[in-house]
Amino acid sequence: MKPPDRPPVIAIRGLAKTYATGFRALKGIDLDIRSGEIFALLGPNGAGKTTLIGTVCGLVRPSAGTVSVDGHDIATDYRAARALIGLVPQELTTDAFETVWATVSFSRGLFGKRKDPAHVEKVLRSLSLWDKKDSKIMTLSGGMKRRVLIAKALAHEPRILFLDEPTAGVDVALRKDMWAVVRQLRDSGVTIILTTHYIEEAEEMADRIGIIDHGELVLVEDKATLMRKLGKKQLLVRLNEPLETVPEGLSGYRLALSDEGRALVYTYDTREERTGITRLLGDLSEAGIRFHDLDTVQSSLEDIFVDLVGQRA
Amino acid sequence: MITNFRAVRAIYVFEMARAGRTLLQSIVSPVLSTSLYFIVFGAAIGQRINEIDGVPYGAFIVPGLIMLLLLTQSVANASFGIYFPRFTGTIYEVLSAPVSYGEIVLGYVGAAATKSIVLGLIVLATAALFVPLHIAHPVWMLTFLVLTAVTFSLLGFIIGIWADGFEKLQLVPLLVITPLTFLGGTFYSIGVLPPPWQTVALINPVVYLISGFRWSFFETADVHVGVSLGMTLAFLAACLAVIAWMFRTGYRLKT
Repeated sequence: MKPPDRPPVIAIRGLAKTYATGFRALKGIDLDIRSGEIFALLGPNGAGKTTLIGTVCGLVRPSAGTVSVDGHDIATDYRAARALIGLVPQELTTDAFETVWATVSFSRGLFGKRKDPAHVEKVLRSLSLWDKKDSKIMTLSGGMKRRVLIAKALAHEPRILFLDEPTAGVDVALRKDMWAVVRQLRDSGVTIILTTHYIEEAEEMADRIGIIDHGELVLVEDKATLMRKLGKKQLLVRLNEPLETVPEGLSGYRLALSDEGRALVYTYDTREERTGITRLLGDLSEAGIRFHDLDTVQSSLEDIFVDLVGQRA
Repeated sequence: MITNFRAVRAIYVFEMARAGRTLLQSIVSPVLSTSLYFIVFGAAIGQRINEIDGVPYGAFIVPGLIMLLLLTQSVANASFGIYFPRFTGTIYEVLSAPVSYGEIVLGYVGAAATKSIVLGLIVLATAALFVPLHIAHPVWMLTFLVLTAVTFSLLGFIIGIWADGFEKLQLVPLLVITPLTFLGGTFYSIGVLPPPWQTVALINPVVYLISGFRWSFFETADVHVGVSLGMTLAFLAACLAVIAWMFRTGYRLKT
């Protein structure tokens, strides 16, 4: 992919955070977020995802490093920086007795925007909250509360939206809805940074993926590039009789033995026109190798993730 | 530093709406309890107590009772106002908004002070039903009312940030504010105390508030009104300094 022409909308340089307990949550993060993209930040629990978001949004005081949002430093020019950002926190932290309308209007005022009932209505309708606008928040379900938090974050028309685990504890149908909402937002030009546990979510949504572990960014890559790496597939041929070595006649294939010689593993690229499977199976029977089952395995983002994180553990 | 007026208004309106929802607790209960004081100490027992400094006892306790109400309500309102969002986590929004610390304080403390001022005036009107009242210096009376409400709302704000549980939130008003107010001359003039205790009483900042407030009604005071005003302003400045420190260090607000 061609490098972006526009300057990054968020530029993070050498960002570090050491908590009072001595815990180093972030160890010198450098990251650029491109304008208009969906960036997914993946990482295990305690990797530093929420600390990273919190620092950019002003909830956490960085120990070192700088963050600028559309050219505005988050420390020296915090008003301009924060006005651009909407934050949807991980926890369902809502008022209980306020109505949906009141709490969303409150958010808009807090960010210094003049009253605009039409915009609030648009936000509520886009999140299917319009018929709940006069309901007290405590009467809403968990999924609805999540939407209220998104509505609050969108009330001031942010250009950048942080979603901290937006679909944690949300059922499948609602998760799909949420994804649709996020795509709509991206189409309207909002830059979106989301953290997630669900690899599926990153695969589904993101333009780029960053993997964070123990406070360090392990990998930042375009999803397309990453998926190409993931395009590898493996065919497992379950043998009737275990083999000691790969027969010489089959050395032309990238073959390996596994399962104590009871399976042959053939690695191929699914996007090639000729995967060589037909020929391999023909050659196998010609060599008199009998098999009773075939399996295919495709590595997923999850495998890469587990690999990367596992290597470092 | 105060430029985001819409944010100040949003916080202020939010806080006032909270009082509106809990009208019974916010207004009826303090007015009722203060009225009971008037009936017991003013009308019933007060009949048998001599005038103090030429003021009938029932009227004499009015400024003290209003102060008692003002102090406890300011602290309670302001501390709860900022503690509750910390407790539920909704504070994240205020902290991530383009607002200065001054704007946050103005919103929360302004609302808390407004509520206690309104309450103070309601109780004053209620008192007028029970005892004949004459206010010698209405402007000074209002000045003390507002200054005290603001100062103790600031103190409440500090307590609300300092507290890490509901127990601490109740503890300070219970163990500090109420005793200081009762011992600060709500029901008596400091002059009736034995001389050594008069000196001890002067350590109590509430003495100056009640004395100044009472002077604005009856022109009688335990200390000079200028001293009262000075002490009130000093306490206000001290609260502002503590809040400035809290925000600068992120104390209990940011990690």
